[in-house]
Amino acid sequence: MKVEIMSSGFGGQGALTIAKFLTKAAMKEGKHVTWLPAYGPEMRGGTANATAVISDEEIASPIIGQSDILFALNQPSLDKFGPSVRPGGLMIVNSDMCPNPLGRDDVEVVNIPLNTLAKEIGNTKVLNMIAIGVVIEKRQIIKFETIVSDLTKFLEKKNPALLELNIKAIRKGMEFVK
Amino acid sequence: MSEKILMKGNEAVAEAAIRAGCRLYFAYPITPQSELIEYMAKTLPKVNGTFLQAESEVAAINMVYGAAGTGKRVMTSSSSPGISLKMEGISYIAGANLPAVIINVQRGGPGLGDIQPAQGDYFQATKGGGHGDYRLIVIAPSSVQEFADSASLAFDLADKYLNPVMILSDGLLGQMMEPVEFKPRVSDEEIEKHSEMHYDWCMRPNEDGPNHHHHEINSLEIDPEVLETHVNKLAEKYKKIEENEIRYEAYNINENNEMVCCAFGTAARIVKSAIDTLNSEGHNIGLIRPITVWPFPTQAIADSIHDKVKNVMTFELNLGQMVEDVKLAVNGKVPVGFYGKVGGVVFTPEEIIEKIKENLGGK
Repeated sequence: MKVEIMSSGFGGQGALTIAKFLTKAAMKEGKHVTWLPAYGPEMRGGTANATAVISDEEIASPIIGQSDILFALNQPSLDKFGPSVRPGGLMIVNSDMCPNPLGRDDVEVVNIPLNTLAKEIGNTKVLNMIAIGVVIEKRQIIKFETIVSDLTKFLEKKNPALLELNIKAIRKGMEFVK
Repeated sequence: MSEKILMKGNEAVAEAAIRAGCRLYFAYPITPQSELIEYMAKTLPKVNGTFLQAESEVAAINMVYGAAGTGKRVMTSSSSPGISLKMEGISYIAGANLPAVIINVQRGGPGLGDIQPAQGDYFQATKGGGHGDYRLIVIAPSSVQEFADSASLAFDLADKYLNPVMILSDGLLGQMMEPVEFKPRVSDEEIEKHSEMHYDWCMRPNEDGPNHHHHEINSLEIDPEVLETHVNKLAEKYKKIEENEIRYEAYNINENNEMVCCAFGTAARIVKSAIDTLNSEGHNIGLIRPITVWPFPTQAIADSIHDKVKNVMTFELNLGQMVEDVKLAVNGKVPVGFYGKVGGVVFTPEEIIEKIKENLGGK
């Protein structure tokens, strides 16, 4: 099994972090992984994206032409990377910031108001964790428990309140597509 | 086996260098290698090492030159334009037979270029760059793990041959995160042993008294006959390196290959993906990936041209530099084609598949 993931959004939305957490969790589950950020002279409000490859076998190219899963956190990301999602792939689209759908019927599209849901939880920063919840429910690439244990290690001492919010956010994403 | 850690290539090679006994590091920041200098700044003071951000790349390489004269494991790193600035110092270090490690996290050139991954410094790394008859041992890793592993290899080779060693990486390997496993950190006793092997020539305090110091290490030999002998000795050393230190990966090389591809570093990974796809469709394509780009695996490439091979394709992130060495290795036996991307643009596996298909059958 090999899954190629593209995650893209405005700088600060957490697009790179989505790919990073998935990569790290998959590594903990014994998979081969690569994580590659698009780096450059980025500016505030510009776009940021990262690709992650998760595979049972050794990964040759970390660069991908097409993706199996796309996280599009804003309209420019959907416009740029939406067309290169493989038929049968999954598009998780932040409907709060993507007013114009792509109109592809050969892929599974989850339109989810990530900003609204994050506000409901009480912190807009957890937007990306809701998106991770969606992918955990929709595609069995990583387990809920792995990512929670990783988050716990990361935040337990530093910020237990934020840890709670993050876990809540992942659950919210999972429930949204159940 | 130690636990795998998810790390950027820049950080992984820095950690690996410290584990290999590097306690002296001088550099000047530049994208896309700045995580490397940051990691050294954070970590070296904790292990009793010396980190110094020099006022320029030229200063940094000359600090390396001086420190290498004490026989200690010393390193610098930069990206393409910064490496160009270091070239004078590198030639001096090579001329003075000193061990040192230089990392180049390549970006797009020429000039200031851009900050995206490229392989345009192949000529500079393998054919000179600085002046005079000298050679660098050049290691070109293609994964974060190999990037990290190349640190201890580079220091070992530098110590063994008293020669500067370059790790030729690129922005993609520097910025990418992959799981990496580290070798255990060498002990202070081992670090002492690394230095001890240089006691017969290096600068160090001498208990015999002030007049028994080695006074001078330099690369100046004003008498032509002395310089002639010196350079011929360098040539002997380079010959030995060519005999003993060629490293490469032969991927799916066999008697039924219809095509052999050549690529190094990041480009080789993308080519590998393309080859995997094509071979799963019934083709039989092999890849020679030089790990040392100098010394170059000339014989390995020559030996990989079996009877059914119609042509060789070389893929690089430049206008075609290594392809010249590939042509020398193939020596006219079959045509050698080239495809490259420049300006920091990286090809996708799909593009390589298309190029290979276009050229199958010796076209």
